[in-house]
Amino acid sequence: MAEMRYREALNQALAEELERDPNVYLMGQDISVFGGAFKVTEGLMDRFGEKRIRDTPISENTIVGIGVGSAMTGLRPVVELMTINFSLLALDQIINHAAHVRYMFGGQVSVPMVVRMPQGAGHQLGPTHSHSFEALYLHVPGLLVAVPSTAADAKGLLKTAIRDDNPVIFIEHETLYGQRGEVPDDPDFTVPFGLAAIRREGTDVTLIGISRMAQTAERAAEQLAAEHGIEAEVIDPRTLRPLDLDTILESVAKTNRCVIVEEGWPHGGVGANLAALIQEQGFDDLDAPVGRVTGVDAPMPYAKSLEQISFPHEQQVIEATLALFGDRKRASRG
Amino acid sequence: MADRPLPPSETALNWLRSMTLIRRFEERAGEQYTRAKVGGFLHLAIGEEATIVGAVAALRPTDYMIATYRSHGQALARGSEPGRVMAELFGRVDGLCRGRGGSMHMFDLERRFMGGFGIVGGNLPLAAGFGLTSDYLGSDDATLCQFGDGASNQGTFGETLNLAALWSLPVVFMVTNNQFGMGTSLERHSAQTDLQRKGEGFGVPGLECDGMDVIDTWAVTTEALRIAREERQPVLVEALNYRFRGHSIADPEDYRTEEEVLEWSKRDPLVTFGDRLAAEGILSDEQREAIDLEAIATVDAAVAFADASPEPEPSSLYDDVYVLSDQVRGWYSADHRGAGLRKGEELS
Ligand SMILES: Cc1ncc(C[n+]2csc(CCOP(=O)(O)OP(=O)(O)O)c2C)c(N)n1
Ligand SMILES: [Mg+2]
Repeated sequence: MAEMRYREALNQALAEELERDPNVYLMGQDISVFGGAFKVTEGLMDRFGEKRIRDTPISENTIVGIGVGSAMTGLRPVVELMTINFSLLALDQIINHAAHVRYMFGGQVSVPMVVRMPQGAGHQLGPTHSHSFEALYLHVPGLLVAVPSTAADAKGLLKTAIRDDNPVIFIEHETLYGQRGEVPDDPDFTVPFGLAAIRREGTDVTLIGISRMAQTAERAAEQLAAEHGIEAEVIDPRTLRPLDLDTILESVAKTNRCVIVEEGWPHGGVGANLAALIQEQGFDDLDAPVGRVTGVDAPMPYAKSLEQISFPHEQQVIEATLALFGDRKRASRG
Repeated sequence: MADRPLPPSETALNWLRSMTLIRRFEERAGEQYTRAKVGGFLHLAIGEEATIVGAVAALRPTDYMIATYRSHGQALARGSEPGRVMAELFGRVDGLCRGRGGSMHMFDLERRFMGGFGIVGGNLPLAAGFGLTSDYLGSDDATLCQFGDGASNQGTFGETLNLAALWSLPVVFMVTNNQFGMGTSLERHSAQTDLQRKGEGFGVPGLECDGMDVIDTWAVTTEALRIAREERQPVLVEALNYRFRGHSIADPEDYRTEEEVLEWSKRDPLVTFGDRLAAEGILSDEQREAIDLEAIATVDAAVAFADASPEPEPSSLYDDVYVLSDQVRGWYSADHRGAGLRKGEELS
């Protein structure tokens, strides 16, 4: 094990995969000379050269489209979009093309491409720069969606994403880049898709945290244990497509209660989707409605006082959990 | 029109055969549409055969070709079996794309026909991606990307030309200027109507060809491909042509006059080319008729083939949503146990 930052783990994954497969190449805005807006690709240009670490103009849709075309013809592009907010300009290439060319051409081609980008609020960047869009990409058949919340998962999932033959939407989190974590030394270390991580075992309630919210859920769980005697099991699905629903249902069968925590908007969110799946397939196990803690149903405000109450913190998770135990008085809306 | 010398007579006759096949195929496709054998949209290329055949003739078999939703002809010219193209229109399992794509989404990997695409302007970035692959792998394959005059207004046009020039990609971008984007005429949709100049700001040289003349189209495309391949830079070619039919099948064509259509039809690429071959003594009347009858027979056989091909099984619905592996197991990556949900394909 080595301790490193989330961004360093990503950098290692990229370097190892570039080393392993000459058809892997990187492209994105300011990723070579500048080293990446979040310094994830720092040093790679010196090591692998401009042919494989390619700076692009600010043309999101076309960058992704070039990735799709090159993936259809034998390369394995890893496209960095500066942040997920800008992926909205590339939705045509991501959905109409990356996700669908294999299907619409009857399986004649595949698109082994990774689109990496960070999401998330907390830096006071206002409505256009603070989105969380895992639900948007989860919606699309043909895409795989990874949402790593630890340094080890960042590395292990990225390596899996690069090796997979499907287009993978790889969602990092802006506030996690500097966070340290233990990462296995083994150069063949990967994290499989479709395998949830149980971050904390517990018997009373299942907390499912998406992306950074897996950490928020974990902290809430410690407080629930210390202050309320509630032992929460915390699950980080790590990939939303494929989804390890088995682990979630097994946990709910044990705890009989479930709260889903996500940073994105409530309507059509990941939690809405998961709650539907859990009640469809685990209804008899539930002692209470599935709870959801989400970002508020509004654009992201700039003012710190407003931004901080626009996405979930431990307190909202604790309140939503207590509400499932009949303590509805304490479950005021955040 | 008569400026350029004829190619060797066998080549010229093959071009005529190819153009005739496309014409007859398109006519028959339209007919089958009215019989409800074909659903959705059906964009016919009648009038645009010279642009298709001339451009495709300039390609090597290993070059990549990519086009739009109006691309039955490109598939045929590239050598796809007419029966499989027709079966795709019919939505049958033997269609080029197993009935998944339909008229707008033809694709034949074996012939490096890299697709028809339903999103106007959506194919340009992909073409640059093919060019990047060729460049990256050090091959001298080139890419030909066709799109319409209307598509030249999309953001992807500027973005892709800029990137292709910046990265020295061997791609020929061919804007087939058939004078309209649906019902909006060129002067009403593009500030710059001299479309070959639309790449100037990006340093992409422009060439123009008479898209109603298969020889001119072939010659100009050949030169453009040479520049792309040897000088490692993209080229923009404007092919001037005209579509004789509506944009898609249901099109009242209120946006143009009958006189205009009549005027252009005097330049029907099939007729003018055939006439020239006849005038130069390469094509006898009997041969001309034989070529036509052969095309009709091929199309008859294509319809019979498509008709005989089964419809896709419901159990194939989720095939090829994903490339399967032990981690990506099936159609619905959330779960397969939901009430009434189909299990879909299994890992083989
Ligand atoms: C992004 C997008 N916008 C609109 C359409 C609807 N549409 C289909 S074809 C077409 C006209 C395109 O004209 P042009 O590029 O000149 O090609 P042509 O049909 O003349 O070959 C339009 C507007 C579409 N398919 N995709
Ligand atoms: Mg047009």
